[in-house]
Amino acid sequence: MKTPLITGLGTVSPNGLGTEAYWAAALRGESGIGPITRFEPDGYPGRTGGEVKDFNPKEHLPSRLLPQTDHMTRLALVAAEEALADAGIDPEELPDFAMGVVTAASAGGMEFGQREMEALWSKGGAYVSSYQAFAWFYPVNTGQISIRHGLRGASSAVVTEQAGGLDAVAKARRHIRQGTPQMLAGGVDSALCPWGWLCMSRSGRVSAVENPSRAYVPFDIEASGYVPGEGGALLVLEDVEAAVRRGVDKPYGAVAGYASTFDPRPGTGQEPGLRRALEMALEEARITAADVDVVYADACGVPELDRLEAEVLAGVFGPRGVPVTAPKTMTGRLLAGGASLDLATALLSLRDQVVPPTVNISRPAHGELIDLVAGEPREARLTNALVLARGYGGFNSAMVVRREA
Amino acid sequence: MAAFGVKELVDVLRESAGEDEDVSLEGDILDVDFESLGYDSLALFNTVRWIERDLGITLSDEAIDVEGTPRALLDEINKASTQSV
Repeated sequence: MKTPLITGLGTVSPNGLGTEAYWAAALRGESGIGPITRFEPDGYPGRTGGEVKDFNPKEHLPSRLLPQTDHMTRLALVAAEEALADAGIDPEELPDFAMGVVTAASAGGMEFGQREMEALWSKGGAYVSSYQAFAWFYPVNTGQISIRHGLRGASSAVVTEQAGGLDAVAKARRHIRQGTPQMLAGGVDSALCPWGWLCMSRSGRVSAVENPSRAYVPFDIEASGYVPGEGGALLVLEDVEAAVRRGVDKPYGAVAGYASTFDPRPGTGQEPGLRRALEMALEEARITAADVDVVYADACGVPELDRLEAEVLAGVFGPRGVPVTAPKTMTGRLLAGGASLDLATALLSLRDQVVPPTVNISRPAHGELIDLVAGEPREARLTNALVLARGYGGFNSAMVVRREA
Repeated sequence: MAAFGVKELVDVLRESAGEDEDVSLEGDILDVDFESLGYDSLALFNTVRWIERDLGITLSDEAIDVEGTPRALLDEINKASTQSV
């Protein structure tokens, strides 16, 4: 089976707007996590988050799009534009159905939706924006990107919480195999409003620790849950022949393998699905554990889930058998955008042959199981990178990206 | 009540639906249809509902016509305003 190439990246992240700004910050170990400023978090469990700073939508988007878009859609549109430009693709020059969009979402435009609900209850229906019709809707990023860039090929949205950032790319890969030469795929997400915050914190997994450098420390003995953030990445996937025809000579890499599994029903005592997803992804990539050069961990930050992941990694790769990193310790977990940003990060690490660090780890909890790249970036020969993602509710996904010589 | 003219209409259009980069709303737009001004039906719907709310009037759904012009919409608005007084 053909393995599609990744030929363009667009990212927005709490520690950098745009791919190169983000990547430089990640290598410096610079965190974007801080106190929540978007709304007053008093009275909610958890007051620390990863906000995209200094983002003025008017500087990035035409005014026609502003009244009709949630914050997360604005971020997604910026990432989409960057990814297309990075790939050197001008959609206007493509045939009508040559390119599609698949995005991942968690809950849609929560902030927009909350504002309109407030208008409804405080002032009445006449004050609710007509754009509520779609601005809150979870496939809205796919729709807005498709309309803005005229991408009318196979398009959809997937909703699998944090696993979605990989699942969207996998679905785009399927469309490429079915004959759509180019796809834009990934997730950019945000729900940093009281309603979104409440939905996230009800899982019991959001850290209540206020110190930004201690709130999200996966694989550390102080792990206390995770910090929600906003942002993500969109990637241009391309059929190999189409890329060759365009004269692409330096793709970021190839999507070599992928698998997703679903956890067994709670209480059955059966093994969770993470290991199966990992092993099936390696199998599809036709590589063994020894061929994997770096793992981007899901790194949930919930102690028992961290232990489970560390045990899976030690089981497959051997104790401390492969470098493991979680640069999301600098951004927080980005809902449906997180795994896409990890994937983009993995591709950048293949390009530059360096693994970005996991930050703020002071006392590793599973040092005997995993070799965590903590504190400083690590140079290494990297050919295959594995990205793991778990979505709340039982989703597990694993994707292997391979450097193309 | 102050008269609702083209300036007021442009203000509401900008706030409720934004402004197309390739179109100027500054010139003589009275007889240019809304579609050519860069507005689709939902944009016009949002704009008309906004005006109805602010002026306390009700317009017919026919007022939301992307092939219509600002002049025609202003006529409808002013007709409805006179009736509601």
